[in-house]
Amino acid sequence: MSGQIDAAFEGALGDFHLDTTFTAAMSGVTALFGPSGSGKTTALRCIAGLTRMQGRLSVNGRDWQSAKAFIPAHQRPVGYVFQDANLFPHLTVTGNLNFAAKRAGKRSNGDSPAIDFDETIDLLGLAPLMQRMPAALSGGERQRVAVGRALLSRPQVLLMDEPLSGLDQAAKADILPYLESLTDTLAIPVLYVSHDIGEVARLADHMVLLNSGRAIASGTIGDMLERLDLGLLVEPFEESVLATAEVTGHDPKYRLTRLICCGQPLTIPEADLAIGETVRLRIRARDVALATKRPEGISIRNILEGHIAEISAAPGAAHAETLVDINGARLRARITLEALAELELCVGAPVFALVKSVTFDGRSIAAKPQN
Amino acid sequence: MRFGVSLCLLTLALAFRPAAAETANIAVAANFAAPARAISEAFDGKTRLSIGATGQLFLQISQGAPYDVFLAADQARPALAIAEGLGIKGSSFTYALGRLVLFSRDSNRVTGLESLWDQSLRKIAIANPATAPYGAAAVDLLQALDVFEALEPKIVQGKNVTQAYQFAAVGAADLAIVAASLTMGRTKRGYTLLIPADMHRPIAQDAALLARGQNNATAKAFLAFLKSPEALAIMHRYKYDAPMNVSSARKTDG
Amino acid sequence: MDDIWQPIWLSIRLATVTTAFLLVLGAPLAWWLARSPRRWKEAVAAIVAMPLVLPPTVLGFYLLLALGPDGPAQYLNGHGLAFTFEGLVIGSIIYSLPFVVQPIRNAFEAFGEKPLEAAATLGAGPWDRFWHVALPLARPGILTGAVLGFAHTIGEFGVVLMIGGDIPGETRVLSVAIYDYVETLQWRKAHLLAGGMVAFAFIVVLAVLLLNRRPTRQGASA
Repeated sequence: MSGQIDAAFEGALGDFHLDTTFTAAMSGVTALFGPSGSGKTTALRCIAGLTRMQGRLSVNGRDWQSAKAFIPAHQRPVGYVFQDANLFPHLTVTGNLNFAAKRAGKRSNGDSPAIDFDETIDLLGLAPLMQRMPAALSGGERQRVAVGRALLSRPQVLLMDEPLSGLDQAAKADILPYLESLTDTLAIPVLYVSHDIGEVARLADHMVLLNSGRAIASGTIGDMLERLDLGLLVEPFEESVLATAEVTGHDPKYRLTRLICCGQPLTIPEADLAIGETVRLRIRARDVALATKRPEGISIRNILEGHIAEISAAPGAAHAETLVDINGARLRARITLEALAELELCVGAPVFALVKSVTFDGRSIAAKPQN
Repeated sequence: MRFGVSLCLLTLALAFRPAAAETANIAVAANFAAPARAISEAFDGKTRLSIGATGQLFLQISQGAPYDVFLAADQARPALAIAEGLGIKGSSFTYALGRLVLFSRDSNRVTGLESLWDQSLRKIAIANPATAPYGAAAVDLLQALDVFEALEPKIVQGKNVTQAYQFAAVGAADLAIVAASLTMGRTKRGYTLLIPADMHRPIAQDAALLARGQNNATAKAFLAFLKSPEALAIMHRYKYDAPMNVSSARKTDG
Repeated sequence: MDDIWQPIWLSIRLATVTTAFLLVLGAPLAWWLARSPRRWKEAVAAIVAMPLVLPPTVLGFYLLLALGPDGPAQYLNGHGLAFTFEGLVIGSIIYSLPFVVQPIRNAFEAFGEKPLEAAATLGAGPWDRFWHVALPLARPGILTGAVLGFAHTIGEFGVVLMIGGDIPGETRVLSVAIYDYVETLQWRKAHLLAGGMVAFAFIVVLAVLLLNRRPTRQGASA
């Protein structure tokens, strides 16, 4: 089938067994998400042809691997960004980029768009780095060069293997905006491997969830985050949903930004956003409280009216996960079983979801609408 | 006028002399290298010397080494070469006889043959008698003097006579019985006593014309030159004896 | 026989030709040893390393038989390659092989798979990766191998004497010339050549140590 990436791999690496089948779209960012050791990197390497396992792979109608054939890595039009950048230590940044550019024509067979050298440098802010050797670059700078190098090879698919996990918070914060603008402007699909739900929530449009070498679920990022049954696989602290909101104004006096989310007002600390801009907000389950009556005299600014759509009690724990429907959008709320019983909450019950404004920070806002 | 004619004739004679313009390649045993060089310089003809251990030279000759003449340190190898068709029958002869000396760094050790009875001797070095004629001759000497059994526990063997010499030169052995030629030019470093030749088997060193040199006039001339008084005098300077001086010198028959 | 420069020049020629051959033969061999998954590759590595432990006279003996008129070399020209410069080159290649292959292999193993994987994802085929990524990254090891191979060949004695036969101008290399001067009691010349060799050996060892310290600092555009 054209217009997709169809992958199925089966094999073993030492003790680890991979047996996974999934598809991804030929546009947008698809995250391969799962805990460490779930096989995401292995699957990515199989797609690149760096690891060889039994299986099949078809990209946009062309067979890259089948029972009869295996196209070797250097003939596959992929760009690969390694976890540790993996720049050539004996070449400058310019040398690294030229290495890719010089070989770009060989395997593109016209299907991948031509990438402009200077545009790529601008997009990733590489101009001041051009004459430096990789050893003289910071971790974040190296990753940016690595992304640029991968793009300059004119790939049909960009594969990124946990590109941020080797960086400290400051470097991550530095490079994320570049990645965001990149994924916005790219015409080619990106497969993004990560075990960090925050990154995934911010960058991805779709997600394939892997665990113990198998792909167990896939879907749009919004849908996947709302699925309570998958809660075990995401670190409980981070379980969240994505909500779309539109900026309506700023309050300079109190340094707040006002938005409309699912038809109701939302307030967050001042953010550098334009009025009318649509943003993606990530709201963690543990930051949402429920009330059966609209509270008064309370510090919480955000009080959203809706009803309970789903309840799931975590086995052996003191809390339960609930999904609250607010004009069609969903919020997760995590509350104690005691509260659940006391408030007599059940599916369909009208509730108010309370979200503290201060829980929103730079990491939970992405200037990109959910696809 | 007559002088002029003689000069012309001499010049013509020189011009038309069957000039031995060919080069003779001579394989010479290491212990005879120094006198061989001096002899080849005295010889009127082009020679190239290649030096090695007799055994190695023999091996190389059997593998086609480009030598015309073989000057060995024993009699066995030239005979073997001829037997295997590598050398020309009848061409072998003894070109020199080796002499033995007692050698030591310490002057007290070489007062005379009686030095061998000295109780304070700890180690005495000889060449391996199984492989080196000089070693076998050294054993002959000790047996002739009836001290072999007494000295046997003190004997150390070098793989060749040069190594035996080196043992004594550095003091690891108190005394060595080695080739006289080895101590040429080194007498300042030690003391030597020449051993009478009749106290041991003759250390005959044979030469042979090799198959490759059978049509080489220079090679044949060189072999002849070895028997000349001039060559013999050089050899004597390097502490080798001329073969005819010892009645027991054997001539091999091809 | 008394030309002191002839053996020096001969040794330099021999070492240069041998080292050139060894780099061309040894780099691909080292590459294969570094990267092949086959189980018998260490057996090959052991064979390559054998000249390290074999006594030179043993090696020389078997080489002489192989290069002689009764050995396989006879099919080349009827009488084999012993006692020729070409024969010395072959003997030296075998004798110095581990000194060139080992440092290059180590250098190839040192940078691992990752740069090559990166190169493959950028469209570089096997030869492209070898030439533009592996060789530049292995450069210190290649230089070390070249220097060691050259020096080792200069210092050869037992093997060369056995298969070369000490023929002036053709196979009388430096080490053999020193031996000859000693045997013919020309001690001044022996001292001269030997002293030169000691100085040369010192420079070689120094060069290898310095080469192994310098990081690949040069930048280039591939």
